Amino acid sequence: MRKVAIYGKGGIGKSTTTQNIVAGLVESGKKIMIVGCDPKSDSTRLMLNGLAQKTVLDTLREEGEDVELEDVRKEGYGGVLCTESGGPEPGVGCAGRGIITSINLLEQLGAYDEEQHLDYVFYDVLGDVVCGGFAMPIREGKAQEIYIVVSGEMMAMYAANNICKGIVKFAQSGGVRLGGLICNSRQVDNEEEMILQLAKRLGTQMIHFVPRHNMVQQAEINRKTVIDFAPDHPQADEYRALARKMDENEMFVIPTPLEIEELEALLIKYGIAA
Amino acid sequence: MLLRHTPKEIKERKALAVNPAKTCQPIGAMYAGLGIHGCLPHSHGSQGCCAYHRSTLTRHYREPIMAATSSFTEGASVFGGQANLLQALLTIFTTYNPDMVAVHTTCLSETIGDDVNQIVKKAYKDGTIPEGKYVVHAATPSYVGSHVTGFSNMVKSIAVQMAEKTGKSNGRVNIVPGFVEPSDMAEIKRIAAMLGVNPILFPDTSGVVNGPLTGKFEMYPKGGTPISDLKSAGDSMASIGLGAWASAEPVKALDAQCKIPCQVQDLPIGLLATDRFVDALRTVAGVSVPDCVTQERGQLLDVISDMQPHLYGKKVALAGDPDQLIPLTEFLVTIGMKPVHIVTGTPGKAFTKRIKEITARFGDQINVQNPGDMFLLHQWIKNEPVDLLICNTYGKYMARDEDIPFVRHGFPILDRIGHAYFPTVGYKGGLHLLEKILGVLMDRKDRDASEETFELVE
Repeated sequence: MRKVAIYGKGGIGKSTTTQNIVAGLVESGKKIMIVGCDPKSDSTRLMLNGLAQKTVLDTLREEGEDVELEDVRKEGYGGVLCTESGGPEPGVGCAGRGIITSINLLEQLGAYDEEQHLDYVFYDVLGDVVCGGFAMPIREGKAQEIYIVVSGEMMAMYAANNICKGIVKFAQSGGVRLGGLICNSRQVDNEEEMILQLAKRLGTQMIHFVPRHNMVQQAEINRKTVIDFAPDHPQADEYRALARKMDENEMFVIPTPLEIEELEALLIKYGIAA
Repeated sequence: MLLRHTPKEIKERKALAVNPAKTCQPIGAMYAGLGIHGCLPHSHGSQGCCAYHRSTLTRHYREPIMAATSSFTEGASVFGGQANLLQALLTIFTTYNPDMVAVHTTCLSETIGDDVNQIVKKAYKDGTIPEGKYVVHAATPSYVGSHVTGFSNMVKSIAVQMAEKTGKSNGRVNIVPGFVEPSDMAEIKRIAAMLGVNPILFPDTSGVVNGPLTGKFEMYPKGGTPISDLKSAGDSMASIGLGAWASAEPVKALDAQCKIPCQVQDLPIGLLATDRFVDALRTVAGVSVPDCVTQERGQLLDVISDMQPHLYGKKVALAGDPDQLIPLTEFLVTIGMKPVHIVTGTPGKAFTKRIKEITARFGDQINVQNPGDMFLLHQWIKNEPVDLLICNTYGKYMARDEDIPFVRHGFPILDRIGHAYFPTVGYKGGLHLLEKILGVLMDRKDRDASEETFELVE
């Protein structure tokens, strides 16, 4: 079983990309579980054709500690097992603690056990690693590989670099490695070349360049992945290609984060100013 | 030799405290809440915090200490403690019927960022808090300050959330007594009464945590500052805060809110600090010092001079809270003793400065550390032995290993009685302290005397 965590700046398209990758892997016969680690609970929307999921924490709150796996796990597109951690309303409580509680509970309930016959577990994590809770998916024994969704925009690259700093910390004590950057294009000038350079500086690869296409939005509004909604569309093939590359990926590294000055220099050399 | 692993050689430590000379904020907040009549302290956090604070206070006072908790679970930690606190207040007012609940936070509720102010406002709005009942609240994270900070935070909250200014003076003086024993609070009231001053003393744990055995359980004992006095505190002529660490913030807050002129004095421990307190009371209330006070002062002075041969030049090591240690050190200097090692666990730079001023006559020979711990104090003692140790109960290990006469003073005292009943503030308190100090010093002299030097009359 491969455990994969997807990180990236808020709004970059982590959930959409993750679910499209998962759809691609499903097509090649993989058995997959998605663990949504975002209090907004929208990591499995495209798999379940809507926000129909009862979150782990809601269940815990309502049922007490006597929770069963079936209560918090739902089967979606292509037999993908979907769970959402959930969390408090904005402004109260502790969302980070929620993720810790939720992942511990899933482990206790045997969601990752052998008999589940999982090929992949995907953790879809909220925007940035703001506290210990959001690093839970990459702690020892959890996800071994991380992909960062990024675009050619300054702040997305800045966030990616920041996430790499977090990975370094956990990589030194545990087995977590960076599998690559996924460029989710925003049609910024020289985007592909810039992300290729960023990947090189970070000691990793740009595993795929996902071009921007309105079909993604169309599928999303229909609560479906592109592969589900328009299987013959070229954009679906992009996600299939990304899924295949991840499945075949053998490049797992401890990243080398950049100093902020280096990052800015990179933008000046390859980005808008170039 | 229970502390046989404490080495004599002192190495610099930064990231480690061993046997800290402090405990955590909520214990002070809980103690402060107990000093209001009809008040139930409430710990907003997990049950373990509340259990620890109750049990330590119970062991120190040998009285049942009542307090409630929000009983956080995993769910409350994630979703916030609002539902728990609202439910708790409902249960408390319907089942235990206090006049006031004093809510303090814990590390957990502080870290997840619970907005207790908003929750309490909601409880008032929803009618969870019955008409004529009150809920005050204070933020008391234990990773800041110490038990003294927690006491101060709660007293400040009580002051600003309860005091009302009508504009008509009540002719009284507010006194915040600091984190002291119920016996001390009663003594402060007695001194004020001798001067003809009618103080609003808050909090006041006398009669609450040192009550009589009557055979009947009282959830809310007779003592404690009446709520009517707390409200009236906004109309007083002046405020006196005793001890800068525990009482400065509350009296300053009352000054800011109700324009009540305030001053901060040392705790009246020893001759000179009591002189300053009496003088402060005399000045703000416009009274003269009666003969009965002068007589008590004279008695203390008499004993000090009578017993000089036993006191002069004796070295003392101390650990405790800043508000106690400052006047206590001053008193030891007054009576001719030499305080040589002094630590407190409660942070605040002014402490070292004050101690250095008080001990200036001894030059640079005095060891002071803030924040320091009892491990360091023990190491200092190994390097420069002392004739007397003054510290809370935890000092007994050092006293036993190093064979030092030991006077228990401070919080907590878990293995002796007396602190709840006999004050160490005021002139009488000074006499009591002297009696304790001389008792252990002279017992030691008798123990070690050869047959030829064993004297009947000392």
